[in-house]
Amino acid sequence: MKSVIVKNLLGLRDWIDERFPLIQLWNEHVGQYYAPKNFNFWYYFGVLALVVLVIQIVTGIWLVMSYKPDANFAFASVEYIMRDVEWGWLIRYMHSTGASFFFIVIYLHMFRGIMYGSYQKPRELLWILGMCLYLALMAEAFFGYLLPWGQMSYWGAQVIISLFGAIPFVGETLSLWIRGDYVVSDITLNRFFAFHVIALPFAIAGLVVLHILALHHVGSNNPDGIDIKANKNAQGKPIDGIPFHPYYTTKDAPAVVALLILMAVVIFFAPEMGGYFLEHNNFVPADPLKTPEHIAPVWYFTPFYSILRANTVNFFMVPAKLWGVIFMGLGTMVFFLLPWLDKGKVRSIRYRGWIYKTALGLFVVSFLILGYLGLLPPTPARTALAQVCTVIYFLFFLLMPFYTKWDKTKPVPERVT
Amino acid sequence: MVKIISYLGLIFWAQLSMSSEGGTKLMQANVDIANTVSLQNGAKLFINYCVSCHSAEYMRYNRMAKDLGLSDDMVKKNLMFASDKIGDTMTIAMRPDDAEQWFGVRPPDLSVIARSKGVDYLYSFLNGFYVDPSRPTGVNNHYYPNTAMPHVLWELQGLQDNHGDADKTSSDGEMTSVQYQQATRDLVAFLDYVGEPAKLVRYKIGFWVIAFLLVLFLVACMVKKEYWKDIH
Repeated sequence: MKSVIVKNLLGLRDWIDERFPLIQLWNEHVGQYYAPKNFNFWYYFGVLALVVLVIQIVTGIWLVMSYKPDANFAFASVEYIMRDVEWGWLIRYMHSTGASFFFIVIYLHMFRGIMYGSYQKPRELLWILGMCLYLALMAEAFFGYLLPWGQMSYWGAQVIISLFGAIPFVGETLSLWIRGDYVVSDITLNRFFAFHVIALPFAIAGLVVLHILALHHVGSNNPDGIDIKANKNAQGKPIDGIPFHPYYTTKDAPAVVALLILMAVVIFFAPEMGGYFLEHNNFVPADPLKTPEHIAPVWYFTPFYSILRANTVNFFMVPAKLWGVIFMGLGTMVFFLLPWLDKGKVRSIRYRGWIYKTALGLFVVSFLILGYLGLLPPTPARTALAQVCTVIYFLFFLLMPFYTKWDKTKPVPERVT
Repeated sequence: MVKIISYLGLIFWAQLSMSSEGGTKLMQANVDIANTVSLQNGAKLFINYCVSCHSAEYMRYNRMAKDLGLSDDMVKKNLMFASDKIGDTMTIAMRPDDAEQWFGVRPPDLSVIARSKGVDYLYSFLNGFYVDPSRPTGVNNHYYPNTAMPHVLWELQGLQDNHGDADKTSSDGEMTSVQYQQATRDLVAFLDYVGEPAKLVRYKIGFWVIAFLLVLFLVACMVKKEYWKDIH
């Protein structure tokens, strides 16, 4: 009996494989994809990002079933989901918690790439695709944050869109065009909804496919930054590589469960995360006539918000606000240039010298401080600190061609350790 | 070098934390929404004193009945004055225009007030009224200066003098100050529940979800160990 079922299943597989490259695809990307055997903790975040993306898409579909993208009903429909929809509160909290976890995971994933030089040749395009994903994710989060139609949703969007107004000549027209109205309104809500549930999820899914295709074409980097394809056995397989399945599927599984545990702790015991994941003021319905005293973006945007606010001086006949917008834009885009700014002879931080390690440490510290400051209302002391951190932030990139060249590197081993 | 950096850090830290202080310190609400009796008492106060002006337009009467262990009939008889269908939400009869004329503002909906303001604020506010003849309502509030809201619970608390000292009341209420604090605590606990009814179940469910995931984690770790035996 059992053998009949197996025989039929194998027959189905072969039937499909004659008409679709099923086994070839499986082998190329899973069964015969050789990954370095020395992945450490930092190499979990790629697969975790994929898991969070799936959670966001699935919960998002169910949220859309009950959400109403209408300025008169949006806030109420979210409360309807929280109260009247069966398990609606769970789906909503999974989605809101997932948004923050997406950024935690992505920031750690990017940090891994920087730490181990994963953007260096031949992975420049892989890095660029990843950066496009990061930008798409930021846009997705920004559009999505308007949808609950609370005070922070509304005024956050108002502030960010008005930034485009700082661009000379076309600015005002541009922000009017983005909003579709003179203030953020029902029209804005509808277009943001369209971008959040259709345009950007498509873009993100497509970019993920490209990102993974590029990765599997050049092969994964590793904590030693060594090219494992340089050492192959008689069968032409990398000696230091192991097939993704079953080795990394079984290694990633506990990490996925660990992520789910952390998410569950937030979802069930602290869904607001003290006002950082769900801001308190966003439980007040959007009111175009009442500007909140303190408008802060959600935590994952605050480093860049701090950079924006750190620009307080008009110079070269350019107003401070425009400098803020320029530097905020540069602050997010500058990562694109990493493959060409880094002149180091080694990839991994393990074999770099003290200059690079210091520079990276200062960068991380300034990024975290900027993020923290962005949550708080500005004071003169905070603005001064934000300015210092902004300078460090940009010096990390600006001076990179020099310090990576001068830095004394250690010899890289032949084989992975 | 390290010393200088840590010293600078300290200065900045001190300045940052100093500037983040300010405003009146809130009282601690210490609500317990697992205490059904407290929630029931809070519901009674809420319906009797608040729902004449404030709505809770996302909260349904029958949901409250179910969650607070009350029968629909009990709720209909004792707690429903503004509406007669048990599945209705807690709306009010007062028209927004009238409200604006009478109070100068529209009394806010209280469905999610505990989530936007926090329970400590609500508790402080309800305990913060004092006599102020310069105000049209005759009272002012320590935690929300010049609030338009009159001291609706004054019968219970009595009227406090300017220093908010419960022992020196301008007029005695039906309750002692301890009883009043407990009553407002119950009311705030109820508002906390109204803000998120799922709160009553999510802790319990969360415990089992995490317990399951921990077991799954152990199994996944064992599977990994078995597969990786031959990798050195």
